[in-house]
Amino acid sequence: MENQDENKEGIGGMINPRRYGIERVAYLLMRISGLGLLAYFIGHIYETSSILQGEMGWQEFLELTQTTEGHIIMTIVIGMCVFHTVNGIRVMLGHGGVGVGTPARPDYPYKPASQNTRHKIGIYSAIVLAAIAMMYGFSVMMGH
Amino acid sequence: MRESIIMKIHYGTALGAVALVAVHILMRLTQNYAESLEYANVIANYQFIPYAGMLEIILILLSVHGFNGLRVILLELKQGRAYEKAVSYGCVAAMIGLIAYGSRTIFMVNMGMV
Amino acid sequence: MAQVSGIAEERSTTPLSSRKSVTLRITRYNPEYDNEKTFMEFNVPYEKWTTVLEAILEVKKHFDHSVAVRYSCRQATCGSCGMVINGKPRLACFTKISELDSDVVTVEPMNNFPIIRDLTVRFERLFNSHHKIKPFLIHEDSEISSNEKEFLQSPEELEQYIQFSNCIKCGLCNSACPTMATDSSFVGPQALAQAYRYVADSRDKGKDSRLKIIDESHGIWRCHFAGSCSQVCPKGVDPAMGIQFLRGYLLGFKS
Repeated sequence: MENQDENKEGIGGMINPRRYGIERVAYLLMRISGLGLLAYFIGHIYETSSILQGEMGWQEFLELTQTTEGHIIMTIVIGMCVFHTVNGIRVMLGHGGVGVGTPARPDYPYKPASQNTRHKIGIYSAIVLAAIAMMYGFSVMMGH
Repeated sequence: MRESIIMKIHYGTALGAVALVAVHILMRLTQNYAESLEYANVIANYQFIPYAGMLEIILILLSVHGFNGLRVILLELKQGRAYEKAVSYGCVAAMIGLIAYGSRTIFMVNMGMV
Repeated sequence: MAQVSGIAEERSTTPLSSRKSVTLRITRYNPEYDNEKTFMEFNVPYEKWTTVLEAILEVKKHFDHSVAVRYSCRQATCGSCGMVINGKPRLACFTKISELDSDVVTVEPMNNFPIIRDLTVRFERLFNSHHKIKPFLIHEDSEISSNEKEFLQSPEELEQYIQFSNCIKCGLCNSACPTMATDSSFVGPQALAQAYRYVADSRDKGKDSRLKIIDESHGIWRCHFAGSCSQVCPKGVDPAMGIQFLRGYLLGFKS
C-alpha cells in the first residue's frame, strides 16, 4: 500500500537494467556479485572450519566441493570476485570525483560528461577480466 | 557513527581485502591446486604465523565490508526507525559472530589443537 | 444542430487529418477511487515536430478532457510536464513523437512521486529535500546586511557551478534513480546536485553545514553512481557528476 501511495518503482525498477545503459547493468551486477560473495564468504568460513574435525572431516568436506557443481560454483565466485573488485575500484575512483568530467556549460544534446568513455571502458574491462578469470580458474580446478 | 566514517571504513576494508585476498589466492597457485588443498599443506599454512595473521585480517576486513554492504542494501529496501535499527544492529551482530567463528578455526589450528 | 456545427468548426481549426498517426496510451488513475492504474488508448495524428505534450493536449481537446496533466511553458523551462514516456522519464514538451521511433507511445506518471491523478504527481518531497540542503548563498557579509557590496567572481569560478544551476526541478532524475525506487528517505539526486551547486560557488560559505546535512544514513552515500539521473536530465545538469564531486569533499579529495 505504501508503495502504491508513493508510486515507488520498487525492487523491480531498481534491478531493471534495460533502460539506462551499461552503467545501470554495472550497478545491478555490483549488487548481485556483492551479495553472492558475502554468501560464499560465510560458506567458506563454515567450510574451512571442517579442518577442526581432523583429516577425515577435511577430506569429506573437500570431496563435496570437488564435484562438477562445486567447480561451477567456484567459477562463478571467481567471476563475481573479479568483477566486484575491478568495478569497485572504478566506482571508488568515481566517488572521489576521479574521471567524472569537469563542470562546463552544457550544450544540446546534453551528453552527460560523467557517463564518459573512460567509465564505460572500466565497466567492459571488469566484465572481460571476470570472464577471463573464470576461464582460467575453471581450467586450474579441472587440473589443466 | 557518521555515515562518512562508516563509508571510509567500507572503502578502506575493500582496498585492504583486495590486496590480501590476492595473496591468499596466489598461495593456492604456488603449487598444484589440488595439492595445495591437501590436509597437511593446509595445516602447515595455518601454523605459519604470518599467513594465519593474514587470514585473520582478511576475515575481519571482508566481514566488515560484506556486512556493511548488506546493511546498505537492506537500508535502501525498506525504511522505518525500528527496521533500520534492527538492520544495523543485526549486521553488526552477524559481523561479530562470523569473525568469532572464523577466528576460532584460525586460532585452534594455529595452536595445534586439532 | 448548433452543437454539431460547433464541433465541426473546432475540427476545422485544428486539422486531425495527417498521414501519420500514433497510438497514445495514457495512464488513468485516481488514488481516491481506483485500486490500480488503467490505460486509455487514443489514435492521435502527428507531424515530425509534434511533441508528446501536444498529443496529450490533442486528446484533451478532442477525445477526453478529463485527462489530468500538468504543464505550463511548453519549452522545457518550467519543469512541469515530467512523465514516464515509453518507459523512461522525460519532459513531454521536450520529447517529439517522431523521435521515439514507435507506433505506440505510452505515458505514465513519474515513478517515485505520489500520484495526484493520471499524469500529475506531488512534488512536496522533492521541494522539501531541495529546501533541506539550503539552496541559497550563505555568506555572513551578504549584500543585504552591508550596503551595495558586490561578490566578485571570475569566469573560471562561475564555470564550477553554472551547469548545476540549470536545474528546473522537473524531478526526472529522482524518477530514474535506482535508490529512489525503494528508498523513500533518500535525499535524491536533484537535491544533492543542488547542494554541490552552492558548495562549488565561490561566494558561498555554507559548505560545512550542507555537508553535515547530506552526511547521514539516507544522504549522499546512498548514491551508487549508476548515472541514470544524468542520462534523463533534460537540461544537461549531470547530477551524477555533482554528487561525486560533493562526495569528494567528504572523502577528503577536495577541500
